[in-house]
Amino acid sequence: MDRIRKIENKPYISTNQESKNQSLKFGSGAMSWLLDFLLISCVPAFLIFSASAFAQPVMIGSKKFTESYVLGEIAKQVLTNAGIRAEHRQGMGGTIILWQALRGGQIDAYPEYTGTIAQEILKTDRALSLTEIRDALAKFGVGTTESLGFNNTYALVMRRGEAQRLGVHTISDLRNHPELKIGLTHEFLDRHDGWQPLRERYGLPQENVIGIDHALGYAALGNGSIDVKDAYSTDAKIVENDLIVLEDDLEFFQNYDAVFLFRLSLRQDAVAALRHLEGTLNEKRMTTLNAEAERTKNYTTAAGLYFETAARSATATSGESFTHKLLRWTLRHLQLAGVSLVLAVLIGIPLGILASRGGAVGHTILGFAGVVQTIPSLALLALLVPLPFFGISARTAIAALFLYGLLPIVRNTASGLQDIPRSLRESSIALGLSPATQLWQIYLPMASRSILSGIKTSAVINVGTATLAALIGAGGLGEPILSGLNLNDHVTILEGAIPAALLALIVQWLFDLLDRVLIPKGLRL
Amino acid sequence: MSALVELVGVSKRYSDAQALQPTNLSVARGKTTVLIGPSGCGKSTLLRLIIGLVEPDSGTITFDGSEVIAGNIGLLRRRIGYVIQEGGLFPHLTAHANVLLMARHLGKSHSEMRTRLMELCELTRFYGNLLERYPIELSGGQRQRVSLMRALMLSPELLLLDEPLGALDPLVRAALQKDLKEIFMRLRQTVLFVTHDLAEATYFGDEIVLMNEGRIVQQGSIVDLRERPASPFVSEFINAQRGVADLWIASGK
Repeated sequence: MDRIRKIENKPYISTNQESKNQSLKFGSGAMSWLLDFLLISCVPAFLIFSASAFAQPVMIGSKKFTESYVLGEIAKQVLTNAGIRAEHRQGMGGTIILWQALRGGQIDAYPEYTGTIAQEILKTDRALSLTEIRDALAKFGVGTTESLGFNNTYALVMRRGEAQRLGVHTISDLRNHPELKIGLTHEFLDRHDGWQPLRERYGLPQENVIGIDHALGYAALGNGSIDVKDAYSTDAKIVENDLIVLEDDLEFFQNYDAVFLFRLSLRQDAVAALRHLEGTLNEKRMTTLNAEAERTKNYTTAAGLYFETAARSATATSGESFTHKLLRWTLRHLQLAGVSLVLAVLIGIPLGILASRGGAVGHTILGFAGVVQTIPSLALLALLVPLPFFGISARTAIAALFLYGLLPIVRNTASGLQDIPRSLRESSIALGLSPATQLWQIYLPMASRSILSGIKTSAVINVGTATLAALIGAGGLGEPILSGLNLNDHVTILEGAIPAALLALIVQWLFDLLDRVLIPKGLRL
Repeated sequence: MSALVELVGVSKRYSDAQALQPTNLSVARGKTTVLIGPSGCGKSTLLRLIIGLVEPDSGTITFDGSEVIAGNIGLLRRRIGYVIQEGGLFPHLTAHANVLLMARHLGKSHSEMRTRLMELCELTRFYGNLLERYPIELSGGQRQRVSLMRALMLSPELLLLDEPLGALDPLVRAALQKDLKEIFMRLRQTVLFVTHDLAEATYFGDEIVLMNEGRIVQQGSIVDLRERPASPFVSEFINAQRGVADLWIASGK
């Protein structure tokens, strides 16, 4: 995270210098209202940025499901116990996102499964030995540990009662029941070793197949919305919800031995610490840890169980208090929304001024900003992730939020300027004021109400949309919402949702106050 | 003495209509020239051409001996004051700031601006304690006085007034007419005044220029226009407003 913050720091600093230069150029009262705004909005961002500046910690990533979270947390603790500073970015996404983040250096290690490596990363249909995998990964500068000790294969699960009633014990038995509704995770639907080849191998007739989130899928299975879903064989939910695993009688699924992938450039003591985990977890133990994580809603505690003797002291020291977590999420959230808003203001107002002059340029600007606004926020994030500069990082979230914040500011700046009566425009020209003076002293102050209301709209939109940043591991108040969604835990969802809503209200209220400071008195009478 | 402003063959067409046919006009120094005519006759366009808000399609405009071109219009505007019907005051600035706007832009000294402001308040009969008010807090008449102060701030050689009293109620209007005339005489100001009201034209105008459909129809004193109309339109226009105009002539002003 520090690495990312350092990069983000640069635009902020240069921005600040620009505004200083402008204040020198334009002198005393000329554009004080705009400067006031920039200073006020920059202060919180500055506070957030200056808070972090340490040596780089080892970054552990994890995928968006319980077991991956727990393994990530175990890795963080084993590193911490070895005296190595480590951070865990929870639930960053699916295989490809984690793999790219590892190769791009945004993370140093993450838990993965051998079958997934062969199918999804090395793109082969053949089962590979761990030695073959190790050789193949070395080309990418990535290493792997030995198996952690358990095989978490894919499986299809059903409600026990239903399966017994229909006499379904194996996947082949599904052929006799085309009416069954199947709900699969999006990843399983798309995987090379997922639904399509499975269906071909077994000749399954079911037409009714939907994509559904993993945790929500268990709820759907429970209430009968679906009858069959994919699962990991160590899922705690299998025992908890009294489900049965259908036997893979044609041996379609490969071995999915859990390992840690790490960058070969990772410091040796950290690699050694990760290798301490080899062969220490069997399926039963992993299932217990997963169940503990889902029961307590606390991955740190569950990971602490792994360390048996040291468990209690470990959780006591590394368990983060709710207040501290909330503060961390909120600051991050403000950082994402704040930086993107400042950028949107700095770019949006000049674009709005250009657009207010109409013509082809004006129409192009307004058209572009309008089109961006129509892209669903989730799709915009997904579009930015594969681009070289962005990837899985806060930068991507800020860029997406910036693009979203642009339209209200551009449009309101343009319409605020266009709404100035012609007689007043002509008066300022007839007086002999220079074009720059006309802009700064007459047009912008007169359009200030409209411009500020555009900025306010952007700020509120950004605070709301920033919750989606958690989807690409950028943190913020979306983090508890997302993990709550994964755990199907409403309390955790609300821990993120309520502060996010309050934040939006506070932002709205602060901007109402700002109106009174920045809109010239003569326009408020 | 030569004219301060000279228009030769100046014409202007907007997309849908010929606003001004090729026109010649001289604005004499130290006098008030009134442009009068029905709405859309081109009188405002003529003013806007002189201050450079629109550019002529043909012809030349000369100000104090130099031709008005894009390169010098910025400097020339500082030598011209301009007042419009709505006042054109900026709502986000106080009366004080409106008046001083251009002087501040030019970096005039505080004491100089203060002295000039006091003079102008006295000249336009504007109460100094109202200077900190915003335009919206002033009456229509007060706003026009501020607008006049703003136009006069840099002691312009030419004052362009585009129906400055058109939006005022009759009592306020009468008082301002009287004050304006006094001011023009005191300053020996060159004024180009646009109105559609014959009584007002008669009251102010050393020279009356009657316009219709983008042309100057007749130019002269009110007596010339009444006694020797150049066309039936002139008689028609004069007769339509005759009652009031006669009053002014009878009172000897």
